[in-house]
Amino acid sequence: MQHIKTISKGTLKQTDGKGCGECQTSCQSACKTSCTIANQECEQTRIKRPR
Amino acid sequence: MIHTYKFQDINVVLDVGSGAVHVCSDAAAALLRACEGQPQADARPPEDAFSAAEFASAREEIDALTRAGLLDAPETGEDVLLPEDRGAVIKALCLHVAHDCNMRCAYCFADAGGYAGARALLPLETGKRAIDFLLGRSGARRNLEIDFFGGEPLMNFEVVKALVQYGREREKDYGKNIRFTLTTNGLLLDDEKAAFINEHMDNVILSLDGRPEVNDRCRRTVTGEGTYAHVAEKLLRFAKAREAAGKLYYVRGTYTKYNKDFAGDVRHLADLGFRNISVEPAVSDKPEPWALAEGDLPELFAEYDRLADFMREREQAGQPISFFHFNVDLEQGPCAYKRVAGCGAGTEYVAVTPEGDIYPCHQFAGEPAYRIGNVLTAGGFENKWFDAFNKAHVFSKEACRGCWAKYYCSGGCHANALRMEGDLLRPHRLSCAIERKRLECAIGLVCARALTCP
Repeated sequence: MQHIKTISKGTLKQTDGKGCGECQTSCQSACKTSCTIANQECEQTRIKRPR
Repeated sequence: MIHTYKFQDINVVLDVGSGAVHVCSDAAAALLRACEGQPQADARPPEDAFSAAEFASAREEIDALTRAGLLDAPETGEDVLLPEDRGAVIKALCLHVAHDCNMRCAYCFADAGGYAGARALLPLETGKRAIDFLLGRSGARRNLEIDFFGGEPLMNFEVVKALVQYGREREKDYGKNIRFTLTTNGLLLDDEKAAFINEHMDNVILSLDGRPEVNDRCRRTVTGEGTYAHVAEKLLRFAKAREAAGKLYYVRGTYTKYNKDFAGDVRHLADLGFRNISVEPAVSDKPEPWALAEGDLPELFAEYDRLADFMREREQAGQPISFFHFNVDLEQGPCAYKRVAGCGAGTEYVAVTPEGDIYPCHQFAGEPAYRIGNVLTAGGFENKWFDAFNKAHVFSKEACRGCWAKYYCSGGCHANALRMEGDLLRPHRLSCAIERKRLECAIGLVCARALTCP
């Protein structure tokens, strides 16, 4: 494409209606005041990722 | 809904409904900006800026991405994303092991550790009952969290150690996995405590504001002395030990009206050797001299741009740093439910004080109207605020419904909404504006990296 390059197709549609609740509570990460969700890791991804 | 903006020299396009991110030409950006807030077919591009042929080819690409569901995608409804019956389980505890502090920071939300009440340390037995409370109410959730918080938790470190041991024993009985974290100012950190923390804590938050003069203006000892010289070297040594052990930490600063040039503080922390950095704005519902206001926003926005430039410089020099609010994972980030449900305060996350009192989160500790129980009393938990917090999600907040950033902040901090705007359903405008700017930088950085390394 000449005008537009897609960087990410997004994941919002893939995860509709799911949510296991096992991931970290956002306020327990580093902020304790501001609520940022997008930098939180999905627990299912965390389990699969090699450590 | 789409959001088009300029980051550095890149035109970034976020498709809100799908989460797709694109970069585009100036002609396509002009077309897309003309589309915002109206059906794409009705959009009229600005005249004379580009040739008709340019607009026509840009239009073709926009139409193709729209058909593919990557532009102007419809947003999924509340009924799909927020199933009603998720149960009232609690999975995260902010455990106030010390309502006392050995610092007197000017901007402390917790009344220098006292939370507007008596200074007290958490008794071991009360801490154990808090852990029992968490385990007993965690339902089917396997991964639980306990953050040792204060005040300054190292003032009560023997209790912290005993509670970690107790948690490790009890989690087996329940088939759970407790992740411990700790937030400290570092004054009492020594090698023995560091070794214990490194072994047992999943994450550690180290409080330091940045440059010595900035840190010492607000972060002082009880006798009014600056604290930088007491803690900076210790915190760095500790952070390096965490890195060597492959464990997570963040050095976390607060920026105020006194250092709106806070990118200089991030740079200072990075130059010292810290790799994981967070700085947060200080806000207040009172006219404090340090509190940031909406009039400061243009300067703050420019500073976040400078910080993003600095991040790129470090990356290109092979010395990347992680800035908490510029981290965004567009491919494997949180699920849609997590993005809309809110922070969990008052529903799955609560705080427990040294007296055993339970509050919706640490920000409410000491406010009688928000006391929802006590872990020392049998049957002493009646969460009268559950419905209010449970329903405080992005779909119920008018300001969020029309906001492009709602799937990235999940509606903002409940305590800020109540304190600053007087309503759980009205997110704090200043915090929202800052959050949107941070997200623009975070997504912009992903694009800049992708364009450098396709």
